[in-house]
Amino acid sequence: MLAEHGEATLLAGGTDAMVEINDGHRRPAGPVLAVNRIPDLRSWRHDPASGTVTIGACVTYTELMDPSVAALIPALAEASRTVGSPQIRNAGTLGGNLGTCSPAGDGLPVLAALDATVTLASVRGTRSLPVLDFMVGVKRTAIEPGELITEVTLPVVDGWQGYAKVGVRNAMVIAIASACVVLDRAARTVRVALGSVGPTILRCPEAEADLSERIDWASMAVAAPDLARFATLVSAASRPITDHRSSAEYRRHAVGVLARRLAQRALTVDPAGATR
Amino acid sequence: MSIIERPADIARHGALGTSPPRPDGIEKVQGTFEFSSDISADGCLWGATLRSPHPHARIVAIDPAGAWQIDGVHAVITADDVPGQMNYGLISQDQPVFASDVVRYVGEPVAAVAADHPETCRRALAALAVEYEVLDPLLDAEAAIAGDHPPIHPDGNVIRHQRIIHGDPDVTGAVVVEGTYEIGMQDQAFLGLEAALAIPDPGAKGVELHIATQWLHEDRTQIAACLGLPEDAVRLVLGGVGGAFGAREDISLQVHTCLLALRLGRPVRMAYNRAESFIGHVHRHPATIWMRHHATSDGEIVKIESKTVLDGGAYASTSSAVLVNAITLAQGPYRCPNAVVDGWAVRTNHLPCGAMRGFGAVQACFAYESQMDKLAAACGIDPVDIRVLNAMRTGDTLITGQPVLNVAPVEECIRETAALPLPDEPVGGAPMPDGSADVMKLPGGAGRTADAGDIVRGIGWGVSIKNLMYSEAFDDYSTARCRFTDGVVTLKFATAEVGQGFVTLAPQIARTVLGVDDVRLDRIDTQIGSSGSTSASRQTWMSGGAVNAACLAVRSKIFDHVAEENGFDPAALTIDGTDIVDSVSGWRGDVAEACAGATFDETAEYHHAPTTELDENGQGSPHTAFAFVAHRAVVDVDPELGLVKVVQIATAQDVGRALNPLSVIGQIEGGIAQGLGLAVMEEIIQIDGVIRNGNFTDYLLPTFLDMPPVVATLIEQPDPYAPLGAKGVGEPPCISSTPAVVAAIRDALQQAGIDRPLDRVPVRPGDICL
Repeated sequence: MLAEHGEATLLAGGTDAMVEINDGHRRPAGPVLAVNRIPDLRSWRHDPASGTVTIGACVTYTELMDPSVAALIPALAEASRTVGSPQIRNAGTLGGNLGTCSPAGDGLPVLAALDATVTLASVRGTRSLPVLDFMVGVKRTAIEPGELITEVTLPVVDGWQGYAKVGVRNAMVIAIASACVVLDRAARTVRVALGSVGPTILRCPEAEADLSERIDWASMAVAAPDLARFATLVSAASRPITDHRSSAEYRRHAVGVLARRLAQRALTVDPAGATR
Repeated sequence: MSIIERPADIARHGALGTSPPRPDGIEKVQGTFEFSSDISADGCLWGATLRSPHPHARIVAIDPAGAWQIDGVHAVITADDVPGQMNYGLISQDQPVFASDVVRYVGEPVAAVAADHPETCRRALAALAVEYEVLDPLLDAEAAIAGDHPPIHPDGNVIRHQRIIHGDPDVTGAVVVEGTYEIGMQDQAFLGLEAALAIPDPGAKGVELHIATQWLHEDRTQIAACLGLPEDAVRLVLGGVGGAFGAREDISLQVHTCLLALRLGRPVRMAYNRAESFIGHVHRHPATIWMRHHATSDGEIVKIESKTVLDGGAYASTSSAVLVNAITLAQGPYRCPNAVVDGWAVRTNHLPCGAMRGFGAVQACFAYESQMDKLAAACGIDPVDIRVLNAMRTGDTLITGQPVLNVAPVEECIRETAALPLPDEPVGGAPMPDGSADVMKLPGGAGRTADAGDIVRGIGWGVSIKNLMYSEAFDDYSTARCRFTDGVVTLKFATAEVGQGFVTLAPQIARTVLGVDDVRLDRIDTQIGSSGSTSASRQTWMSGGAVNAACLAVRSKIFDHVAEENGFDPAALTIDGTDIVDSVSGWRGDVAEACAGATFDETAEYHHAPTTELDENGQGSPHTAFAFVAHRAVVDVDPELGLVKVVQIATAQDVGRALNPLSVIGQIEGGIAQGLGLAVMEEIIQIDGVIRNGNFTDYLLPTFLDMPPVVATLIEQPDPYAPLGAKGVGEPPCISSTPAVVAAIRDALQQAGIDRPLDRVPVRPGDICL
């Protein structure tokens, strides 16, 4: 059907599409194809051999908060909890988050920090690409006409991971800055992805490399000045704008604080420690 | 919510002083209540409004041809189709039904269509071609005062300028503190969106309008004038109202709906969505207030000076009355012998502003309460002590020279609030069973931004004064009818029930006065005299007074009847529970039985004491009555990210007498939520005259995680001027809760060694941490 109707609107949870339609910002030009009852898109699986979790595009945020998923990818469960209200979390899906590709999408920094792979299907076959290549810009993706997001594959990482977001309300709020930090003990690397501080999700290569070197991986400790430097580098990696939700200045500041606090949760901080 | 229990002099259930269930409560909870947006009629068409995309532009041409080509379009109307008065307005009639020559704000109605379906309407609006010549918008209130911009309206750019000079204008104090404060534009954000159904009479000689409004009769006056119909040809029926908070005082879709229905001879309904609601009603005035306090070195206020500027937006609405509140209450609930106060309400090309809960008192209170904290610090006095030291008492005068004759328990409000327990929860909330922090209790909440160690706690105070009823020589009377037949009482009034609970209270009054349990309510419509507006905290006093007077008139007839039947002296008869008692003979009989077969029917008006206008120096007795309240906020703050979580609000409110304690608590909790919203999140953002957050994704209202527990004490000192001893309670909760929250944030920051002025609400994260 999708092949026949390249102009079709795909509908999963509808938490983005219906808002745009109701506000008159989007008028579906062709058919609306509801994909949220396709069983293959509704499930997830853990593959211990490859050390990955593969999540169907129509798995909801509520399902991602389940302890069975949370035990494997805790940051994704934390991010899912920050999405909207229970009603929205029951309807909204990870595939929809990717399809909309808002820089404020809560699931996306987690996928970016974990170097997830997105799988797309069409009558021409399937293809997979890194999530950072999938997200092209503000609400722009690498999806081609006739393609459907089917699943996302993420590695199960040995090490702490977490997500935090700032909004001007204590729940049910769009991120004005968000961050996901992942510590990969096997690879001895830190990975950081930022939301709402650029046209799309940003990684912070310089901050990642710097902190990776400065952590004492044996004791999982870090010196306070190194963490402060990490925050500065993360802020520097952000490319925020000023809009009605926040100033660029605040976003830049907040995202550094968030990244530092997430790292603090993962590590033992030596306040007087010499920098490595 | 806990409420300090009062000694129960409880009469029977359902009488005054008890909290019977709302008559519409079950329907509302179950979702079956018919709100105005649910009302339909056979053969009904839909109407929709075309609005200006420009803050200021000349209309060159309107071409409706495209709309007429769409199947299902039945009518397209513009200013040319208004048969009566072209403009409406609550105080001055300066707002066009449809813009005809110039548009003055983004969202101003230009045309309306009627069609068979809302989607057809949408397409018709898109096909209407309007050619505009864009004009330079006036977006700076100070520029409007300075006369830097050509008039954007024939009535000029200044809606009202009023000064107040009181006492010795030249006196100075040993201690002087000053500041400039800004208040953002708040939206009433009622949940039940604007909606109406108009049903035309045969031959279009009249119309019946089902409408969610705050004042049926004022709507009728304005609608009839614009329709060119006599008032009695326009009948209004109250549709189910889902909140109001001032936003339903002005005309929105009323005239448009009636015009379309009369044009077509068919019922027409209109309903706004949330985006249209944000631009379709008036908002709280953004304000800039400079204020300087002079005090003795002991902290006693000597003089206030201030300059208040309200941005009224494109049309006058109630701006001039909002201004009077903002300047005449500038001293707050404190004695102040001298004052030099200046106030301006100006016209700009922003969204029109008008009534919102607190009505000018909110803006003034953020300024004077911020000043009181500065004064306390400058004098080295505790914030509580400086407020008690200056607390107004009965007999003190306002800076207009008006004596405050009402009960004025300001000191009691402060002391009783201070006596309420502080929260037991430690900073950052009680930990989870496993010892980890409960992130939902921390600032940042579900976003997991903070750990307990990142948080500091502060305490802040706010105390306020609010005028009750309308001011400046306005006779906002109320009318009620009481019919007693066969032991059943039926009450009739036009009092708009907007959620405040007059439909619960009115029967309580009748049960108490007449000793009858079975009290029914007639339809709320214009088939009786005006009740005035459901605003200004006035309906319990005014419509309660009218219902009370009508019931007393019926009771007098009942006493005459029973006295004649039994040979009693009517003056010796009283009501005790559901009995009539003759105090001479001791005879006692059930009211209903004693009046079997008899019918009594009385209508009464209640008028408050007259007030006066202000003279050129702002002197006079403009206000009818006053109520007071104190708030203490406890707030946890994340200084580094600028996020806050309000932990508790404590309050003691001057209520006169709690006629329905549960309703009072509801007003207190709801008003505090609205005040908290203004303190930390609620603001309409306009950039270059265009609203940027007209939706609930970006216009943030407090959620359950933002709204703290409220602990409240009701200060019950029946007011001798109030017909039932009860003061209005709706507005005070939202007035000083805002400065209390902000003061608590400042206090927390000071404990963290950070000094921030926080002289603007809502406080944004960057105001705290950058």
